[in-house]
Amino acid sequence: MKDHAQLAEAFNKDKERVTWHDETLWFVRTKRDKAAHKFAGWEQLRETASQIKNNVLSNLDSYLLQFEANAIKNGITVHWAKDAAQHNQIVLSLLQKHEINSMVKSKSMLTEECHLNEFLQHNGVEVIDTDLGERIVQFRNEPPSHIVLPAIHLKKEDVSDTFHEHLGTKKGNSDPQYLTEAARQHLRETFLTRKLALTGVNFAVAETGEFVVCTNEGNADMGAHLANLHIASMGLEKIIPRREDLGIFLNLLARSATGQPITTYSSHFKRPRNGQEMHIILVDNGRSIQLGRKDFRNSLKCIRCGACMNTCPVYRRSGGHSYHTAVAGPIGSILAPNLDMEKNKDLPFASTLCGSCTNVCPVKIDIHDQLYKWRQEIVKSGYSPKSKTIAMKAMSVSLSKPMVYDISGKALRFTLRYAPFVINNKLNPWYKQREMPAAPESSFKKWYEKNRSKKNNNE
Amino acid sequence: MSSKNDILAAIAANKPDPQPLPIGLYTPESGYNLTNRFIENVTLIGGAVHQISIISEIEQFISTHFPSAIRIITNNKSLKNVGTLLLNNDLDKQIPHELENVDLTILDAPFGVAENGAIWITDELLHHRVLPFITQHLILIIKESSIVASLQQAYSMINNQDYGYGVFISGPSKTADIEQSLVIGAHGSRSLDVFITGQASY
Ligand code: SF4
Repeated sequence: MKDHAQLAEAFNKDKERVTWHDETLWFVRTKRDKAAHKFAGWEQLRETASQIKNNVLSNLDSYLLQFEANAIKNGITVHWAKDAAQHNQIVLSLLQKHEINSMVKSKSMLTEECHLNEFLQHNGVEVIDTDLGERIVQFRNEPPSHIVLPAIHLKKEDVSDTFHEHLGTKKGNSDPQYLTEAARQHLRETFLTRKLALTGVNFAVAETGEFVVCTNEGNADMGAHLANLHIASMGLEKIIPRREDLGIFLNLLARSATGQPITTYSSHFKRPRNGQEMHIILVDNGRSIQLGRKDFRNSLKCIRCGACMNTCPVYRRSGGHSYHTAVAGPIGSILAPNLDMEKNKDLPFASTLCGSCTNVCPVKIDIHDQLYKWRQEIVKSGYSPKSKTIAMKAMSVSLSKPMVYDISGKALRFTLRYAPFVINNKLNPWYKQREMPAAPESSFKKWYEKNRSKKNNNE
Repeated sequence: MSSKNDILAAIAANKPDPQPLPIGLYTPESGYNLTNRFIENVTLIGGAVHQISIISEIEQFISTHFPSAIRIITNNKSLKNVGTLLLNNDLDKQIPHELENVDLTILDAPFGVAENGAIWITDELLHHRVLPFITQHLILIIKESSIVASLQQAYSMINNQDYGYGVFISGPSKTADIEQSLVIGAHGSRSLDVFITGQASY
């Protein structure tokens, strides 16, 4: 299997596309900044969300039980799945029980994590993804490359070719309006004829037994409200204590994701509609183990906004697929080694540890610290990825050493001033395909020493 | 059952020490013009806002902007000449799929939120949950006095209201999944017009 550096190298061959990818995600990041700066009390909002999530992790079992009891009272059937296989089997059994062999699905990174589509296809079930970006990548037999923007690695010409092949749109017409309309027509037909809809869950409220699904397209609602059977799949960590906590999280989610004040639709599902069956699957799949890892349990606070990806200099220039895991980017690189350290040993190294992810994270996960800690775990376990070893030695001495790299206050200035140089340095394995910048005035070593002595003098 | 027990046992063994819920760390901004902020936010996300004094202005708007709309549905009794009323007819008995040809839906909604431009609506007002999504175009009507500043206030109003389904709608359906170009009209309504009425207009 190719590792992150090798996959990034392939992505980096198309320079124009990489630049476009980089700039587009940076644009999304700046929209997030604008929204955050405009919002009075943003830092207090983040702190509140972070503390609520800490509370959730420390009471996860009782909140889950409370949620289950209330959901059952509301007429929802609750299932528990220890791992991906159990989750997939539950979905399949429901399909079989109702003799349904085709279904719609709105965005759910959890089902990506569980490889549900492959499993169901294997069992003769047709699954149609209804989020536009997900539909595009599904036609192309690719996984999503971003948790919020699944087709961000593609250009409109790619989409045009794909739609020409699968939906019969005019060859060469790559107007996004035209292509979106074609998908709308195609999926409307689908929504009207599918009996089962699966959605993800953004938040599940322990106090009321309801769950909230956020979309801009309205695809989750179109699917769920027309289907006889609604299955919602959620990771255990999606629980929040009270309905009022939604006031905190809905304010953070869309602003962090795309800079919008809120998603177009924030749908609260509390009871099935008349004649409908509603099921919810609570999925562990490694989460209870991660909860026991003191250094990494905070990653379970993630609300999947994607901000850490949009801001990450490595993600932006290596593309989501280089992470070879359902959730890419900085947060994915913390979650994946928990599930399989050996297979994902390269991912915590796919970072400059610049700390930008930590700065934007709406629930204040110490993302870059955790990446650094995973590196130590991985090296200790003897899994250090070969292609990165030499470069990493230098990088980890310079960038990640807590002494040199002080996270607080000065960090941002430090990164902005010095990271561009470091990032383009030959030692950095993600930039192999890039032209080397003009030779820096001083060598890396000299720069490092100068910087270190400067810092030492300052302190 | 055993999966549930195994999961709960693993959590109990691994969870961190108790952490309290935060109290009063964050207070929403206040002291600004709610209507203006609301309008600003709805417009930002692709909707249009109209301030009116009498409900008949909506009829006017519809005949100008949706002259070819054939099937119109509303829950506002004053608009019964414009479209079919949700109440008191057999709409209730239809399956949601039969709403597929609805061109325009006009709904009274209980309140809006200034900081997001979001409008709350629940299934008792919708009758069919799919209605605001399956309709080609959507008009929502709120009273100016119903606009609250923040989601925090919104949830304290919703409190423990027992809906089966409730939704915040903040604009027309949209996507930017193709090269980040904004396209209005993904799977849900192609447009959202919000009418803000004076307090005593209906
Ligand atoms: S780790 Fe934080 S920034 Fe990244 S997706 Fe999760 S919540 Fe968003």
